[in-house]
Amino acid sequence: MPIDTIENTAKQLVLTVQDYSLFAARAFMNLWTEPRYWPEFLVQSDIVGVGSTSIVLLSGFFTGGVLALQSAATLSQFGATAVTGQFVSITMIRELGPVLTGIMVAGRNASSMASELGSMVVTEQIDAMRALGVDPMRKLVTPRIFACISMLFFLTIVADAFGLLGGAFVTVFLNHQDGTQYFSKAWESLRYPDIIQGLVKPLFSGYIIASIGCFYGMRTTGGTQGVGRSTIQAVVYSSVLIILVDFLVTRVLLALFPPL
Amino acid sequence: MNETPASARTAPVEAGLIPEAATDAAPVVEFRDVSIAFGGPPVLQHVSFSVAQAETRILFGPTGVGKSVLLKLTNGLLRPDQGSILLFGEEISHMPEGKLFPLRARTGMVFQEGALFDSLTVRDNVAYQLIAEGVPDPEIDRRVRNALGFVGLEETFSLYPSSLSGGMKRRVAIARAFIRKPELLLYDSPTGGLDPVTSTTIIELVMKERDVYRTPSLLVTHRLQDAFTLCTNRFDSERNRMVPLPEGETDPNTTFLMLEGGRLIFDGSLHELMHSENPFVRDFLE
Repeated sequence: MPIDTIENTAKQLVLTVQDYSLFAARAFMNLWTEPRYWPEFLVQSDIVGVGSTSIVLLSGFFTGGVLALQSAATLSQFGATAVTGQFVSITMIRELGPVLTGIMVAGRNASSMASELGSMVVTEQIDAMRALGVDPMRKLVTPRIFACISMLFFLTIVADAFGLLGGAFVTVFLNHQDGTQYFSKAWESLRYPDIIQGLVKPLFSGYIIASIGCFYGMRTTGGTQGVGRSTIQAVVYSSVLIILVDFLVTRVLLALFPPL
Repeated sequence: MNETPASARTAPVEAGLIPEAATDAAPVVEFRDVSIAFGGPPVLQHVSFSVAQAETRILFGPTGVGKSVLLKLTNGLLRPDQGSILLFGEEISHMPEGKLFPLRARTGMVFQEGALFDSLTVRDNVAYQLIAEGVPDPEIDRRVRNALGFVGLEETFSLYPSSLSGGMKRRVAIARAFIRKPELLLYDSPTGGLDPVTSTTIIELVMKERDVYRTPSLLVTHRLQDAFTLCTNRFDSERNRMVPLPEGETDPNTTFLMLEGGRLIFDGSLHELMHSENPFVRDFLE
């Protein structure tokens, strides 16, 4: 019966949201109580932070370049190519830097977390860990969440910086405009609320990437095929949630810091 | 049904050949009317039994009958739908996960496929609990070498599990389970899928733990040969190998459970198993 299918799907969805909320809350609260696994945190920070630097750097650089190319083409119709720097810096720092970094890191790390933990589940390594008296939530999930939050913050700064450089490269070498003017406009137009907005978003994105990746990894069933399914779910849901939460956070921050 | 003939228990004990029978102290594990299902027909129904101090219980049953589920219920990796489970005298069926970890740390569990952490070396696998407890490195190295010596695998200290054979992985898993001198050992088909020679090596290790340290254990298997070997041999510490018990004698602390269709259909000694009238038990033995 189609109505039964809809009912079951709806129940399943509500149950998944409930399970995820409990999972994410428990993983977050674990940081405030013993035991804490700092070596795991450092290892995960290296994997997420150092490991993702190259893709974030490249995607930031070329996004900044594309922004400069597109904006210069439009702005030239109004004789306003001088504000290319302002356009690139505001767009990168407030919006594209955090979102693109989140999506790039989600593609790389939410998938790896889901597949790594999923493989551990299907080979009974998670059960073995529990049987040895070690809490997998504390040992595996909590360090990943906090490593991802802290590293995404710095990766977003890297993406923003290289986005500005990419924009400068296009402005100077392809559009043949003045580099000093580009940087001075980019700097002058920035206000603290822009920077706050750009640096608050990665905190949410980092939490989403690691909690979703670990959640789908830890509930893997169905052997190696199940690991593949968990990996896909982790990337898809974390990417969609990053954009959804970005919208909500932007709405709240614009209300708190209205544009001049 | 649980009663073993008195002569079978006393003669070898008096001769100093086998250890004394399990004492009357509180059981290490107790199942009371336990049932569990996973959204379908029940996997276990109204299961009740106990494991006494120094007792080795061998759980028989065909594949898929719920033997591994029962083992995971024992240390709280799964929770029953009905009934209660006592581990070291504490009711664990509704105990919060956080309170279960210290109890689990007092048990050792050997999984069906070893369940070694494939990204860690053998040293780090065996020392997993010690590392988590913050034991100093030199002390960890010493204890890991001792544990690996116990299973005859000292040379694997720095290797990764991927470079070990199936039997070696199982022996490393046993070393990991033994290293903290657990108060209860749970073996999930430790010889499953292994050749006869390696199986005998594993059973000898189980026997060594039973006779040298007198650790109570629950061993899941579907191999009659392993069970009979455990029952009719003892570990000789001086010769460092197992030796047969005198003809007609069996280890009084090694007893049997049998599952069929999710129900416990047998609980008793080897003698009672061999003379059981239950048609399923007869079929299984034959």
